[in-house]
Amino acid sequence: MSVPSHLNFYIDPSRCIGCQACVQACTECDTHKGISMIHLETVDRAHSTQTIPVVCMHCDSPTCAEVCPADAIKRTPDGVVQSARKPRCIACNNCVLACPFGVPKMKVEFELMMKCDMCYDRSSVGLKPMCASVCPSQALFFGTREEIEAARPQSAPIDRFQFGNQTITTKVKMMGPRSVSGQRPEHLDVTAALDPNPPARSISLGVLNGSH
Amino acid sequence: MPSLSRETVRAGTRGVVATLLVAALIAIGSRNLAHFDAALVGYTFATLFAVFAITYRYSMWLQRPPTAVYWRRGWQVFFSRDRLLSNLAAWPKRVVGVFALNNFIFRRSKTRWAAHWLIMWGCLLAGAITFPLVFGWIHFQTPVDDFERYRVYVFGFPTFSFRIESILGGLIFHGLVWASFLVIAGVMIAMRRRMRDRGAEAVQQFGEDFLPLILLFAVSITGLMLTASYTWMKGYAYDFLAIIHAATVIFTLLWLPFGKFFHIFQRPAQLGVAFYKDAGRTGEQAVCRNCAQPFASKMHVEDLIRVERELGYSYEMPADPAGHYQYICPRCRRLSMALAQGRLWQAGRGREVTDRPGIVDVAAMMEAASAPATTTERA
Repeated sequence: MSVPSHLNFYIDPSRCIGCQACVQACTECDTHKGISMIHLETVDRAHSTQTIPVVCMHCDSPTCAEVCPADAIKRTPDGVVQSARKPRCIACNNCVLACPFGVPKMKVEFELMMKCDMCYDRSSVGLKPMCASVCPSQALFFGTREEIEAARPQSAPIDRFQFGNQTITTKVKMMGPRSVSGQRPEHLDVTAALDPNPPARSISLGVLNGSH
Repeated sequence: MPSLSRETVRAGTRGVVATLLVAALIAIGSRNLAHFDAALVGYTFATLFAVFAITYRYSMWLQRPPTAVYWRRGWQVFFSRDRLLSNLAAWPKRVVGVFALNNFIFRRSKTRWAAHWLIMWGCLLAGAITFPLVFGWIHFQTPVDDFERYRVYVFGFPTFSFRIESILGGLIFHGLVWASFLVIAGVMIAMRRRMRDRGAEAVQQFGEDFLPLILLFAVSITGLMLTASYTWMKGYAYDFLAIIHAATVIFTLLWLPFGKFFHIFQRPAQLGVAFYKDAGRTGEQAVCRNCAQPFASKMHVEDLIRVERELGYSYEMPADPAGHYQYICPRCRRLSMALAQGRLWQAGRGREVTDRPGIVDVAAMMEAASAPATTTERA
């Protein structure tokens, strides 16, 4: 079984409404039963409603797999980077720290890394991954290129990401503008967008602490 | 003819040395093959091949950049002067918990644990009995003055004796039967899961996941059939069964270095990782150069940077004060994806590209909005 080549995964964080449906649906997947593999991040809760659902981008040359000392992470011929093989993973956390997209999760209690595997039990038979099947705003979309182009004529998929000097190409694509200054954007420079004023991890209500 | 890499030559040399070492131990332990059963020569050569191939693969594995770093660091951390005592104290508990009890698998799933625990102990028991017997390291002799007893000789040295018709005798002589019971029960549980679990169905492969179970089952069941043949069936088809059993065992030995069975040799690295993590927890922490939050041990982050460079990755950020992407915490990495997309859309729509697209300073807006409003109300 493998993911049909005409089906692709597209993500568009700008459409995310933070409803958590993907987080809940992800737990239903048979390959990681009961454990959600999605990170749903709030970018800056105090100042914005913006959220970002983070799924595995399934890199063509996955850093997580390369830095794995136990050789536990495998990429299947259809381009899906599978979750760590249970007999091999030694829970070293290398993959968690090395992934440029911040995707893998370390389950300390299981001594096992787990990550989004595009709901392989579903996608490998042509079904949508759980998250894409429930996303109401289609921030997470699984379908053909023709479908996404018809639905979003102003957008174009990007599968090249820049992290400092390193370019990473991925199976999963992020939607961006079709044209920037008359040219089609070739890549997304992620490190150039690091937040110069990152929000605190927790927020306090000014009303309660008397600062306002 | 292509020249062999340095890693290959080193691994091959280690494999040959390990094979010769085991061969020498067989010669010494069986007292110059005096106690070596020639009928078991097939097992012996299969084992010697397995020793070569396992050592070769293990050596190649250890030479991969991430494995090499962990291997070196694990030993350094274990023997470091300030941690040695606490490491020695923690070691037995970890060995028992991880290896003897498989507690981490228990937390993953109880049925998986039951399958693994039964198979593991069955195989360990069978290995502990079979290899010394095949190599002639252990043999039994009847004392000249008592035909009712057997004395156990280890490496040719006499040790304890026991009555043949005793409970202990029954337990010892049927050790492989007990082992096969454990293995068969474990294989049944594992096989049932593999045939019913849709998650497992999606990712399992015949060679990686089914073949080891089939081999273990074949070895166990043919071994039991041998026992049944000589115990209850007057040796019916014994020779045929012996050949079939030998074939299954030899195939399993030859398969040891290649498939899933290799995790038996890789898995102890988990212990080294635990000590490395201990040292990381108590050592200096790496602080995210974006959000200023600690997120991992400094040692780990710096080791990872070295590994990535050796692997040919270049996550350096020369234009950014962070210097290297590895100094950015996973959460900031996730957030920067959204910000990067927002900036691209700003550019695409011909708007001013801001640092924090889509994020408005609500507090500042409220303050700005509230000042004139208050004035108006008062007026």
